[in-house]
Amino acid sequence: MSELLEIRNLRLEGRSDEQWNPIINGVDLTLKKGEVLGLIGESGAGKSTLGLAAMGFTRDGVRISSGTVEFDGIDLVNASAAVKRGLLGKRIAYVAQSAAASFNPAHKIIDQHVEAPVQHGVESRAASIKDGIALYERLRLPNPGEIGFRYPHQVSGGQLQRAMTAMAMSCRPDLIIFDEPTTALDVTTQIEVLASVRDIVEQFDTAAIYITHDLAVVAQMADTIKVLLKGDEVETAETREMLSSPKEDYTKSLWAVRSFERPTKPAVNTGATPVVSIRNVDAAYGTVPVLHDVSFDIHEGRTVAVVGESGSGKSTTARCITGLLPPKKGEVLFDGEVLPANYKQRNKHQLRQAQMIYQMADTALNPRMAIGQIISRPVQFYTGLTGKGLRRRVDQLLDQIELEPDQYYNRLPSELSGGQKQRIGIARALAAEPKFIICDEVTSALDQLVAEGILRLLAKLQDSLKLSYMFITHDLATVRAISDEVVVMKEGRVVEQGEKRAMFTPPHHAYTDLLLSSVPEMDPDWLTNLLNERGVDNIGDAAVGKM
Amino acid sequence: MSTIVWIVGALVVIAAGGYVFRLLGQMLTGNAPKYRDMSFGVAFGYVLAVALVIGTVWFYLQPTVVEVNGQQTAVASVTFFRWAVQAVILGSVAAYWFKFVGKNFGPEASRKAFRTMPLTASFGILIIGVYTFVAIFAGQIAVTTIIGLAIGFMVILAASRNRLNKDSHAGIGFLLFAILVICSVMYFVGPLAPYGQEEILGAANILPGGNTATGGDPAYPLGTDSIGRDILSRLIYGAQNTVGIAFVTTVLAFAIGVTLGFLAATLGGWLDQLLSRAVDVLMAIPSLIFALLLMTIASVWAPRLGIPLTYFMVLIIAVIDSTRVFRLSRAVASNIVVMDYIEAAKLRGEGLGYLIFKEILPNATAPLLAEFGLRFCFVFLTIAALSFLGVGIQPPLSDWGTMVKDLAPFINFAQFAPLAAVTPLLAAGAIALLTVAVNFVVDWMLHKSSGLKE
Repeated sequence: MSELLEIRNLRLEGRSDEQWNPIINGVDLTLKKGEVLGLIGESGAGKSTLGLAAMGFTRDGVRISSGTVEFDGIDLVNASAAVKRGLLGKRIAYVAQSAAASFNPAHKIIDQHVEAPVQHGVESRAASIKDGIALYERLRLPNPGEIGFRYPHQVSGGQLQRAMTAMAMSCRPDLIIFDEPTTALDVTTQIEVLASVRDIVEQFDTAAIYITHDLAVVAQMADTIKVLLKGDEVETAETREMLSSPKEDYTKSLWAVRSFERPTKPAVNTGATPVVSIRNVDAAYGTVPVLHDVSFDIHEGRTVAVVGESGSGKSTTARCITGLLPPKKGEVLFDGEVLPANYKQRNKHQLRQAQMIYQMADTALNPRMAIGQIISRPVQFYTGLTGKGLRRRVDQLLDQIELEPDQYYNRLPSELSGGQKQRIGIARALAAEPKFIICDEVTSALDQLVAEGILRLLAKLQDSLKLSYMFITHDLATVRAISDEVVVMKEGRVVEQGEKRAMFTPPHHAYTDLLLSSVPEMDPDWLTNLLNERGVDNIGDAAVGKM
Repeated sequence: MSTIVWIVGALVVIAAGGYVFRLLGQMLTGNAPKYRDMSFGVAFGYVLAVALVIGTVWFYLQPTVVEVNGQQTAVASVTFFRWAVQAVILGSVAAYWFKFVGKNFGPEASRKAFRTMPLTASFGILIIGVYTFVAIFAGQIAVTTIIGLAIGFMVILAASRNRLNKDSHAGIGFLLFAILVICSVMYFVGPLAPYGQEEILGAANILPGGNTATGGDPAYPLGTDSIGRDILSRLIYGAQNTVGIAFVTTVLAFAIGVTLGFLAATLGGWLDQLLSRAVDVLMAIPSLIFALLLMTIASVWAPRLGIPLTYFMVLIIAVIDSTRVFRLSRAVASNIVVMDYIEAAKLRGEGLGYLIFKEILPNATAPLLAEFGLRFCFVFLTIAALSFLGVGIQPPLSDWGTMVKDLAPFINFAQFAPLAAVTPLLAAGAIALLTVAVNFVVDWMLHKSSGLKE
């Protein structure tokens, strides 16, 4: 047996609108023992569906219409429930995207860990607990002896993701499916999970399918990469070959996204009044302090990127500027004038000048309002336009965000794609004709190609309308692409700030350095080199040096 | 003892049948996945279902009249069982045809709704439609009503011309026109009820059925009550009184509960605390006892103030039920208030009215509508219960709760005279049927709004 998993001409269909629509159109896939396959594609490409089908499983409303899935000579499509029950968990394991949502919050982690080995009769409960602790140690979880005896909510997200990997390993399976295990994590935590996943997969010679939309991550993990587009296979190749010489146009376009970068703008005159100026702001939620002495300026026509891990106070700073969270100390100046701390005390003119674009377009647009209503409301509210004039202005705004007015005016947000929804969010902000826009992680929920389109649009609008942006993000590739200045935040303090070029060239503040070096790069040796550099010990002796 | 032996024996036979059924299935289909992966419990269930169907058919075919000591005696259990089975079959067929018609006629949106709804929901809608029709046209409809409606509809159409797109405007126009046509036709057809609700006719205690051989009278198809009022007419007018009053009460409860709930969720702070604690206090008192207490007080006040007791009842039940509506609408709204689009609207400087009516309300309609259906049932049952206890809708107005109370003693005849026992059951059945119908529709709506797929 050389092939562990062999998928031939697999077709999957999903049921919607009272009919079966294709999801996967005839994909082949083979996997040898110990081999790692990276599966990449945009959302909706069918990555997760294919990953689950590799276990002979389909979600409700999805069916395998033709093709074969053979695991170690066993036909999984036609296997009986009893046969599958014997395989899943024991020889094939699955690591889900959100460990926090996948663990049962009512049971301790170790109790969930031992379930599979005990059920499958692999080992006794006591032996399994011992093995679990050994696995936690190998995955470099803090306090491996006791972390398993906590409940899932008592453990951080990155640790939980590693505990889930340990759980998948509990029966020493031959195949693990990783479904975007690091997508929800910060870059600095992502590194730890990536390193431990790679280590453990190599140590036990486990085959793996690694599903992700992040090219740089897959470059670190996989031996071969398969690119999917709308259920069709675009290209499959060995990792290095795929990275250095992609063949198909679609693959090339995926690679090219990362090259978008705006030309550097001239420095600001030292005397100019900044559009927005944050002066020594302290803020707290109740009695818990969140921001400490935050100060920075945003000048006309420039983009200031605010970077940091989750919980570093980026979004709280935005809430202080908009007045949703009045600061405890310090003030926010707009065009040199102090703004009232609470948004309720601000007048229409002040409210109009600062607009916001949100991370999740789904929750930022009222699902019961048509696009035309969503955009025309702020126009009407601030300018008092009605009737034909209003419609003309809305059409103009839709043109600006590159959507056909007649086609989209009467649609509901649910009829739009993620990128289009985000564009509507931009149009709503523009409708107020502001000078300053806060962009809160506007691209982090989008696929790379779509995100690039949004960034280009924002850059274009900035040039034509002289807008200033405050760009909150944790993704340094985005920072590189769009910002003029960078503010790095950690634990509610500004760690470092300055011009982009200065920030990306050493020497850095220690935290900036950690943040910058943690961003995965396309080089397949990057993780190995980085871990060597940082001197992390025992990342699996086999792992370092190979790849 | 022998009963237990029978039950255990039957279960053993069914269990064995299940095992054989699965084995046969596996052998005959060449081990198809359906039979191969079938658990024993499922196989047992199949055989049990078949056994129950056979049992039902056998029991249905038993004679309704037997000869005991040379005397013809009705067997009540078989009689009632036959009626129940016939009612279920009739209801299913009616629901099926209603769904069939809805699927093939009318605008695309309603056709799609009919295609995807389960048979239970179609049954529910049909029953609610029939009740509404009966309630509205129980008495003679006045010419002035029709003219008033026509003027009102014209105003609505003129006002909505520029606000709606062409298709929905035409749809509404057609609907309103259809209502007018039905009203005009019903004007000439006359009242649905053959007699007035308080009309005392010559014959008392006539049995239902309209067959003189079994103690009925063709003039009174459902018989008459103990003082000689026609039960059919009273049932029809009861629809108007009970359902109408329940509907008004529910609307009032929602107006109070939703307004306060949304305000509490949007403004928060001390207002939220005050309203929520007040509602807690009201909810701490058992609702029926509380209603009974207040009704007793009101029945003293009502004659003094010269206001009909019914008005007090509507108000009391509405306030008590609005506490539940408050809880729900506050919970739903507080989930919506944290959304980013609400934040965007707040930062735009929008007022409270816009936030509540334009941003929150459209997103809360699905759960509120479902709750409206359920709440309507509870209000309806509360009114029936109060009437049964004698403080609800007052005679001479006919009301189903009062009818059950008045005719309740006849239930004792069930053993030997099934027809006589039916009289109180007619009103009770009318209540039960509406409650079931509304629940069917609500279940379907909840299922749809929760986004679950079959």
